[in-house]
Amino acid sequence: MLDASTHPFDQLPNTPGVGYKAQHFSDLLESPGSVGWLEIHAENYMGAGGRPIAQLRHLAERFALSVHGVGLSIGGEGRLDPEHLQRLKHLVGWTKPASFSEHLAWSTHDSAFLNDLLPLPYTKDTLTRVADHIDEVQETVGRRMLLENPSSYLAFDESTYQETDFLREIAARTGCGLLLDVNNVFVSATNLDTDPISYIDAFPLDLVGEIHLAGHDEDHDDHGRPLLIDSHGREVAEPVWSLYEYAIQKGGARPSLIEWDNDVPDWPVLEAEAARAARVLETVA
Amino acid sequence: MTVDQTVFRSAVLTPDMDRPTGLSDGKGAPAGRRFDVYRNNVAVSLTEALETAFPVVKKLVGDANFKLLAGVFLRQHPPSSPLMMFYGAEMPEFLSGFEPTKSIGYLPDIARLEVALRESYHAADAAPMDPADLQNTAPDDLMVSTVTLAPALRLIRSRWPIHAIWRYNMDDDAPKPEMAAEDVVVLRADMDPSPLVLPAGGGAFIAQLLARSNFGDALTAAAQEFESFDLSQMLAILISNNALIKIGD
Repeated sequence: MLDASTHPFDQLPNTPGVGYKAQHFSDLLESPGSVGWLEIHAENYMGAGGRPIAQLRHLAERFALSVHGVGLSIGGEGRLDPEHLQRLKHLVGWTKPASFSEHLAWSTHDSAFLNDLLPLPYTKDTLTRVADHIDEVQETVGRRMLLENPSSYLAFDESTYQETDFLREIAARTGCGLLLDVNNVFVSATNLDTDPISYIDAFPLDLVGEIHLAGHDEDHDDHGRPLLIDSHGREVAEPVWSLYEYAIQKGGARPSLIEWDNDVPDWPVLEAEAARAARVLETVA
Repeated sequence: MTVDQTVFRSAVLTPDMDRPTGLSDGKGAPAGRRFDVYRNNVAVSLTEALETAFPVVKKLVGDANFKLLAGVFLRQHPPSSPLMMFYGAEMPEFLSGFEPTKSIGYLPDIARLEVALRESYHAADAAPMDPADLQNTAPDDLMVSTVTLAPALRLIRSRWPIHAIWRYNMDDDAPKPEMAAEDVVVLRADMDPSPLVLPAGGGAFIAQLLARSNFGDALTAAAQEFESFDLSQMLAILISNNALIKIGD
């Protein structure tokens, strides 16, 4: 396990950030507004060269960066892909991000990558597996990572841990920090009929190095119960803003990301979301 | 009851398979169509990745047919790495054996061109050589030397007019394609890859250089294919697109 005291994770500014999209390149340089840092999906910058790498090199000079992996499959049953770990190490090595994070989820099994964040049960066995994988990531990449809470659409009968206990235990075993996705909290609580405020109350907020905010879609299950989908394709919903305010009031200001990955809007719309997060952060400044 | 990832993955990729048991809505009822969120996420995200990768193949077969084709492809060839920018490399070969689109004989080669464009976009940067170095190399020395081409260069040799078909589908003002074999080279002078039809003999010339043959052998191969192969025109194309990196390996 990495020594948490020598590998701080809270190097992002306590301001809003946005998920970087190439169509906002010029806007970001000319009128970043309240946006103080950028998050990139690691896998989009693992080509050998060309425009994506050139743009990232440019942005890394101007903005603090968060490298956010979506393909490592930390919750996978098999071993982590050593080639992919090396690609992450290389990317983190040259971009020198203020933060590096991944998901409590799996996406690869028997060498097939499914391009989605798939769920895992919370048991003693999966806890050991995830903790071992995080140890391997932190040792290979050479820094502390943040682990993000998932959005859930279903529950595993075999689970024996609450998600918050599971995350707390993983952080204790590995020294990793946590990424609190407030939209995921709201989506999961709605879908599994639990209380999102209680989730925040049970979450180890002192370990949170970053917060995510995003929009979700609304659907229904077979019984007409609400089923929210973590779609990242619209504005942050009002109850998610309320939950965010609650978390910030309770845990203090944190780097806060607006994630908008599908139907990406023009810059002013995205910047307005960031500005709203900035106003929330100012209430505890 | 444990739900292992082999079962979960199979059920995600196989819409008519029973959903795994041991999953609930959190209140004791079976998960039901909640599981289909994952089925949908996987199918939609992979289909979208293929639509982004193969805009001209999509245009040629039509949107609805492309979705059907993508649905078959993604189950036969789920991504083998998390680098979605390279997903679909097996598409040309898949299309060669895909019965419903067999009547479109040039479709696999169009897919080959679209794979090449994407590879070129993400290929390593490389500083071009000073063209004067080429002129300053003694012809005898040059003939026995290999030449390093830009990592972003790709060659597609086709018996179809793939460049003309590609352009006709990308550019409203492009002329209607006429039947002809085309050797197409994808070049990336700076950041944007651009496909270009090679002059006669050029396909053989570049193929030899890519296979690390020396300059003399490449020239011979080009001349065998087209007696009046125009080397200076060929070099001008490569030089003006920053595709000559150095003499030697």
